[in-house]
Amino acid sequence: MLGTFNPAFVLILGALLVPMLQGRPRELFMLALPVVGLMQLITLPNGDYGHWHVFEYTLTTLRIDSLSFCFGVVFFIAAFLGVLYALHVRDTLQHVAALIYAGAALGATFAGDLITLFIYWELTAISSVFLIWARRTERAYRSGVRYLVIQVGSGVILLAGVILHAHETGSITFENFGLNSFATGLIFIAFGIKCAFPFLHNWLQDAYPEATVSGTVILSAFTTKLAVYALARGFAGTEMLIYIGATMTAFPIFFAVIENDMRRVLSYSLNNQLGFMVAGIGVGTELAINGTVAHAFCHIIYKALLFMAMGAVLFRVGTIKASELGGLYKSMPWTAGFCIVGSMSISAFPLLSGFVSKSLILTAVAAEHYWGVWLVLLFASAGVLDHSGIKIPFFTFFAHDSGKRCAEAPGNMLWAMGLAAFLCIGLGVYPAPLYAILPYAVDYAPYTATHVITQLQLLLFSAMAFAILYRRGIYPPEIPGLNLDFDWVYRWLGRRMAAAIRVAVSGADGAVRRGAQRYCRRALAGLFRHHGPHGVLARTWPTGSMVLWVAVLLGMYLVFYYLR
Amino acid sequence: MNDEQDKTRRYWLDDRRNIDRLVYLLYGACAFLLIADFLYVKKVHFAFENWIGFYGWYGFCAYVFIVLSAKLWRRVVKRDEDYYERDTD
Repeated sequence: MLGTFNPAFVLILGALLVPMLQGRPRELFMLALPVVGLMQLITLPNGDYGHWHVFEYTLTTLRIDSLSFCFGVVFFIAAFLGVLYALHVRDTLQHVAALIYAGAALGATFAGDLITLFIYWELTAISSVFLIWARRTERAYRSGVRYLVIQVGSGVILLAGVILHAHETGSITFENFGLNSFATGLIFIAFGIKCAFPFLHNWLQDAYPEATVSGTVILSAFTTKLAVYALARGFAGTEMLIYIGATMTAFPIFFAVIENDMRRVLSYSLNNQLGFMVAGIGVGTELAINGTVAHAFCHIIYKALLFMAMGAVLFRVGTIKASELGGLYKSMPWTAGFCIVGSMSISAFPLLSGFVSKSLILTAVAAEHYWGVWLVLLFASAGVLDHSGIKIPFFTFFAHDSGKRCAEAPGNMLWAMGLAAFLCIGLGVYPAPLYAILPYAVDYAPYTATHVITQLQLLLFSAMAFAILYRRGIYPPEIPGLNLDFDWVYRWLGRRMAAAIRVAVSGADGAVRRGAQRYCRRALAGLFRHHGPHGVLARTWPTGSMVLWVAVLLGMYLVFYYLR
Repeated sequence: MNDEQDKTRRYWLDDRRNIDRLVYLLYGACAFLLIADFLYVKKVHFAFENWIGFYGWYGFCAYVFIVLSAKLWRRVVKRDEDYYERDTD
């Protein structure tokens, strides 16, 4: 359509034109950008394009293959949903930042070499932080700074890894290098930070809930899934990822159950979903990689849908704390309905998108006989039902009636949620088009009696557990509060350690300065005594006394002369 | 419709008996799914998947474990909402 024009540039360059437009033309222009970009991507045949020669390296700025194509398609869908959802927003900064951010994530996805990847990697960090700062609160500002430091830090580590890797191998091609050197280790950690590996994850739960209503929807789609793509490209089959992924599926569940901020619950849930994908990458078989890509595809849509629903509640009610919500289905029935579709999708109910994608990963893990990991993933699936399947819709729209009444979400938000819900159902009922674009040929039927019945058993018995625990008052109540996570290390402990070091250093510094001052004062006093106005050495002598002393000397000389 | 009318309006779910009905429907569905295990041949990867109702009780136990341990976890990690802001300068 546009020759070999990079589809990512459609969004990035288009974003720069957005401030020049107003009203309806701007809305139509922004909606058209992802559509044009997607059409450009679809019309480009697989291959390498956009070669730039920089010093002795050749950059491949556009590589279309089955893996990058799949992520490219879903990124464009997410960009469209995000733009539609934010259409009512009268904040040019957010529109421009969102489009550049989406474009940067696409640019990184299409990068055929590590230098291009690094440039876009940093651009995603810098452009996305404005979606957090656009909330324009002190809290969001601080959270954004922490986010930016960690994201840019990931880029710096990536750059170090790339330089070492290029020095060792002479190659900058972005390919499957595996975890076999210090350089690839650095690249692995850089990807791991963006993918929210355990102990590197807190930027996600810290920043996403602080972003604007529409900003969180955009943020949820790109950064972490770009990292999943990068891991799938560079580290497929790295066994360590299986265990990292399994850990990621399990531990956020416990935080999600007791978290009060619903958008933070979804951030923990996002972390948990990434775990399934990371485990799939670790297994690395064709089925597992297909599962990871399919799950990323479905996940981006249902997670965006859930963030959209919670964003709509925040927009209308002014709070997203579970302890202050409840009974909102009476005011926002459409939002509630769409949210339930998203919740059922993430929980992997049959006929919804999560069912047809997550099962690929679980089957791939089982096929490679990782029974322990498989049990953890199954355990995490029950956890997903709790925090995203039940907690999100139940405590927001049902539970006890908070008495809050508000208007239904604005039309553009409803259309965005409706479209996302349609895709969730569409992919679940008819997964063939998704399976057709996966990196490898798919020989998998999701709707077998075994699969449908076992999955329903897992979900409905878990739901029964909820019903029993909730009705007996055992289920933990939604109460205001904050839960400490690993970020306590740098937000509390690190802060205090820095303060203690500051006190110690300033104390030592003060002591040295005082000692030096005392020495200087003593030296000055000595000088003053001897050379000051009354000092012996600085006194001025009258001419008469000098003549007297000369006469005395001469007299003594005469005495000694006669005595000799 | 104004706010007052909206607040006094009775919805289907406001009737506790209807909620009970939904919960019993869920229990019934669970019972049906347990029986369904006898009606088809499971295609499995691991032998333990063939245990009757394996997915059901595994999900149930996992869920109860998650909720109860999260309750204990809350005692360890819960702080006031302004915990981090309290000491900012």
